[in-house]
Amino acid sequence: MTDNSLSDAPPPAGTIVSIRNVSKRFAGGVTAVDDISFDIAQNEFFALLGPSGCGKTTLLRMISGLETPTSGQILIDGQDMSLTPPNKRPTNMVFQSYAVFPHMTVADNVAYGLRVTGVAEDETKRRVGEALEMVKLSHLAQRKPDQMSGGQRQRVALARALVKRPKVLLLDEPLSALDAKLRDDMRMELTRLQETVGITFIIVTHDQDEALSMATRIAVMDKGAVQQIATPSELYEHPRSRFVADFIGKVNLIEGRVVGKKANAVILDVPSIGKMEMATKDIVGETAAIAVRPEKLKITKAEPKDAKLVKVKVAIRDVAYYGDTSDVVASLPDGQDLYVTVQNESRDGGSGVERGAKVWMSWEPKDSLLLTE
Amino acid sequence: MAELLKPGQGPLDYGKRRWLQAVFAVTLFVLYLPIFVLIAYSFNVQNRSGVWKGFTLENYAKAWNNSDLMSALLNSLTIAFISTIFATIIGAMIAVLLWRFRFPGKPAYEGAMALPIVIPEICMGVAMLLFYARTGMMTGMTHLSWPFNLGTIIIAHIAFCFPFVAVVVRSRLVGFNRQLEEASKDLGASEWQTFTRILIPYMMPGLIAGALLAFTLSLDDFVITFFTSGPETVTFPVKIYSMVKTGVKFEVNAASTILILITVVATVIAMKFQAPEQSGH
Repeated sequence: MTDNSLSDAPPPAGTIVSIRNVSKRFAGGVTAVDDISFDIAQNEFFALLGPSGCGKTTLLRMISGLETPTSGQILIDGQDMSLTPPNKRPTNMVFQSYAVFPHMTVADNVAYGLRVTGVAEDETKRRVGEALEMVKLSHLAQRKPDQMSGGQRQRVALARALVKRPKVLLLDEPLSALDAKLRDDMRMELTRLQETVGITFIIVTHDQDEALSMATRIAVMDKGAVQQIATPSELYEHPRSRFVADFIGKVNLIEGRVVGKKANAVILDVPSIGKMEMATKDIVGETAAIAVRPEKLKITKAEPKDAKLVKVKVAIRDVAYYGDTSDVVASLPDGQDLYVTVQNESRDGGSGVERGAKVWMSWEPKDSLLLTE
Repeated sequence: MAELLKPGQGPLDYGKRRWLQAVFAVTLFVLYLPIFVLIAYSFNVQNRSGVWKGFTLENYAKAWNNSDLMSALLNSLTIAFISTIFATIIGAMIAVLLWRFRFPGKPAYEGAMALPIVIPEICMGVAMLLFYARTGMMTGMTHLSWPFNLGTIIIAHIAFCFPFVAVVVRSRLVGFNRQLEEASKDLGASEWQTFTRILIPYMMPGLIAGALLAFTLSLDDFVITFFTSGPETVTFPVKIYSMVKTGVKFEVNAASTILILITVVATVIAMKFQAPEQSGH
């Protein structure tokens, strides 16, 4: 598979990181990264998203030079990095454990990367001051890391990397060790920083919310391969595969059999619903799945009149009330459970949705997607 | 309903168990009473009967004025100082090697490095003596001028001290976050800069603890020193032994007390440095 086809949009002009047929096999035969190719453009906030063990961290470490690809090439700003050790690369990393040096003060931590490369002491002082200001830690410059909170140590790690003015900043699960409140703050902070400094950020995360809310583009990875590269909204509205649809947000996948093909559509036979036509440009095999997001499903007591709608009689199995919305689990006649998000618009508890009720569920065909992969 | 346990009442507490307390007391008594008697007698007015005749510092003055004893002390301190430096460097290098790298035969190497800890001192002493005698080092070295005539003892002391340093430093390294090393390289530091600026500061408490341990081990070693010293070189413990052979003189008590003091202080400092840190990182 040529991975260019995975990218919905060509990367904006000015590629900064180019990953070409990169693979990583560890001793013992584990393939962490399997022949990945894609480009990351200047100034992007790029996210590598996937479940644990999908190879995203390995890929990030290969960009930083801390890991060497088994095969393939990584180019940064047009330069092949194959023979360049991590200390000579124009990348800097924010580690998952922050890796703040415990025996140094905050200021010394931030100055470290400048001092070891022989930057003059007065310039070091000035740049350290700027970097600390940027992450709002100027007042803690003389503290030792063990007197600081996780969020503060994270900022030290950020300042320490940014002070080097890298071409690419790499962030390995930067928010995973923070508590929920701090995570939201830091998320906004990272977005702000990225806009201020104008450096390409590559972030590794397993949290789809994190990726969707921060990144300008996301590469969804699974089992060492890139499944799809797209903007957050494209990824949510037009997932390419069952895996991506399922990983990004909640989705109902209803499997069917292909019984007929037209020019730009297929006829699908779905056990509980019957035959239906779905628009598609892809070559479709024997089976395909209809993907519908929970918020795109409607529940009504009476059969909907609109002939365009796909409709099916369902039994409500469970209702979870959240105030503004309710999460409803509805069973299709063949027993498959579908998830429906119902807006509670009126005070009487909505559209008579209660456990055990037999109701009509419907959706517009344009709100559903045909997935073949 | 379960009663609240007061301190000393839990199943693993000894507070309420008289027999446990008794065993504890007897152990302490047997272990430390002779030492306390020795220290007390170092302040006793010298007399033949061995009863308390009053407080004095005369024994310390006598020990101080005993030039043989003092030159033995100087020898011991010199030996301990030099062998500590070498043992610390070698021990630290072995600790880093065993922690950092994987190589064929590593378990065997690791075992061989720890051998001097478990091997009976008498065996090591005899082995060293034979080695020195066969290679001609014994006659060659012990006739050099001071401090080079201490060479045979120093080499022997380095040999039995460095494994202790290696053990202490390695246990310190186990807690090292490898990402610190990666962060250092990522920030532009070379391998050597990373070693000197990140790893060595991290190892420092272990290095100090290991060095102090080596120092005390070397300072009060008797058996191996006895076998490896030349005819002219006498160390402090060996000198005390020879003085005791001709009846316990009170200045021996004073000299021993000083030796105890040095060892205890060094050990306490070493334990302080070896204690796990309160702050996690």
